[in-house]
Amino acid sequence: MELTQENKKVLVEPLVENNPITLQVLGICSALAVTSQLSTALIMSLALTTVTAFSSAGIAFIRNHVPSSIRIIAQMVIIASLVIVVDQLLKAFAYDVSKQLSVFVGLIITNCIVMGRAEAYAMKNPPWESFLDGIGNGLGYSLILVGVAVVRELLGSGKLLGIEMLPLVKDGGWYVPNGLLLLPPSAFFLIGLIIWGIRTWKPKQVEKADFEIQPAHGVVHGEAH
Amino acid sequence: MPDSMEKSSVEPGFKEKLASYAAVVQAYAEPYLALPNDSFKKTVAVALALCLVGAIVVSGSAVILRPLQAWNKSKDEKVNILEVADLYQKGMDVEPVFKNIEVRLVDLATGDYAEGVDAKNYDQWKAAKDPLQSEAIPATKDIASIKRKPKYAKIYLVKEGNELKTLILPVNGYGLWSTMFGFIALEADAQTVVGMNLYDQAETPGLGGEVVNPKWKALWKGKKVYNFTGKEFHESNLSEKGQTIEIGEVALGLVKGFVDPAKSGSEYQVDALAGATLTSRGVSNLVQYWMGKEGYGVYLAKIRNHRG
Repeated sequence: MELTQENKKVLVEPLVENNPITLQVLGICSALAVTSQLSTALIMSLALTTVTAFSSAGIAFIRNHVPSSIRIIAQMVIIASLVIVVDQLLKAFAYDVSKQLSVFVGLIITNCIVMGRAEAYAMKNPPWESFLDGIGNGLGYSLILVGVAVVRELLGSGKLLGIEMLPLVKDGGWYVPNGLLLLPPSAFFLIGLIIWGIRTWKPKQVEKADFEIQPAHGVVHGEAH
Repeated sequence: MPDSMEKSSVEPGFKEKLASYAAVVQAYAEPYLALPNDSFKKTVAVALALCLVGAIVVSGSAVILRPLQAWNKSKDEKVNILEVADLYQKGMDVEPVFKNIEVRLVDLATGDYAEGVDAKNYDQWKAAKDPLQSEAIPATKDIASIKRKPKYAKIYLVKEGNELKTLILPVNGYGLWSTMFGFIALEADAQTVVGMNLYDQAETPGLGGEVVNPKWKALWKGKKVYNFTGKEFHESNLSEKGQTIEIGEVALGLVKGFVDPAKSGSEYQVDALAGATLTSRGVSNLVQYWMGKEGYGVYLAKIRNHRG
C-alpha cells in the first residue's frame, strides 16, 4: 500500500512533534522499569509497537459497530488478547528476555499509549491509518526508551547490550559506574532532561501557564522597602 | 494442528467452502450489524462476539506455543543445573550430559533418600506452597525468609560410573525485592563448593542483580561450607546407629571488602556484592539456612559419614 502525505505525517509526527512520552507524558511506568538494560528496552519497544499497531487496526476495523456504552471494555478485550499473544510468543521464542521483562509485558494492557491511541485515533479513523498511527506512536515510545536505556546501561554498568564498553574499576578498568542510573528514579531525571531539551528546541510544545504569577504589590525591582 | 492444515491445502474447493462459511456468519451477523449501535441487543451481541474471538485467539496461541515454551523451560532448568556443576559450555547439547545425572528426593528431616515418590516430575518449589507437602518454618528459624519448606528436596547427583562427583542442591531465600531461587553444587566431600547459581531473581539490575555475573559466581568455587569444631558432642550433631555425626557449623558467607586468600578463614568467605548490602545479606542467609540443620545439613552429614 502506498503512503500518502497524510500517512507519512501520521507515522512521523509521534517521533518528536507529538511524542507520546515527552509531549503527552504517557507510558512512563514501563519507561522507568525496563530501561536499565538496552536489550529489555528493545524487546519492550518491539512488543509495545506491535500491540499498538495491531490493536489500533483491529479497533478501527470494528469502530462503526462498537456500542459507546461498552467502548472501553471492547477496546480492552482486543488489546488484552494481543498482549497475551505477544507474551506467549516471547515465552516461546525469546525465553531469557521474557524472564527479564516478566510482568511488564502483561502491563502493556494498561499502557496509556495503547489505550490512548485506541480511544483518540482508532475509534475515528480507518484501519490502515490507525495501524500506521500505532506504528508511529510505538516508534516514538521506542525512541525515548532506547535513548534512556543507552544512557542508563552505558553509564550505569559500563555495558551496551551486555557487551563491555567502559572497563569497570572493579574489573581492573578505569570507569567508576554510576549506581543511581540503575535505579528507576534516574529514568525520571533522564526523561525530564529529554523533555526540557525538546521543548527548548521546539518552543511550540510549551504549554501556556494556567495561572500567571503576578508581581507582588508595592515591590519595585532593585529597591528594598 | 499441522494435519488439518495439510488437508485444507490439498482439498479442492477449499476457498469456496471458506466463502460459504463466511456467508453463513455474515447472514447471522447482518441483522445485528443493522441495529443501532446503542441498542441492548447489539451491545450484548458485540460483547459476546468480541469475547469469543478474543478467547479463540488467546487459547489458540497458548495451545500452539505450549510445546515450545515447555521445551524452553526444561532446557533452561537443565542449563542452570549444568552451569552450577561447572559442566556447561555455551551452545552445547545438554541432553547427553544429563544422562550422567541422577535425580533423587531427599527427606529434609531425616536426611535420607525418599523412596516411592516420582522424583523426575516432582517440583520442589510447587511442593513448598502445598500445605500437604510442606511445613511452615517458625519465624525464629526462618532466616532465609521463605516461610515454608518442602518435605522433600529434589537434588541432582552427578556420577562418573558409580562414583559420586557432585551434589547439586536447590536453594531459595529472600534478597531485597524478590525470593531468589538457585542451586549450590558441592563436591562429593559435601564440604567444598563447586558452584553457586541464582537463576531466578528480581534484584536491582547492576547492583543486587549482579548475583548472576559470571565473575562473581566464579568466586564461590573451592570455598568450604562447614567449620568442624571437633567437639565430641555438639548441639547440632545427630546420631545414627548409636554413632555421633557432626553436622558442623555453617561458616560460609559473604563479607564486605576484599577477601584476602592468604588469610585464615578466607576459605569460608566470598566477596559481597558492591552496593547491594541487602541482597548480599539475603545470599548469606540462604546459605546459612539451607546448609544448616533445617536444610541439607543432616543429609550432607550422612553423606560425609558414609564416605569416611
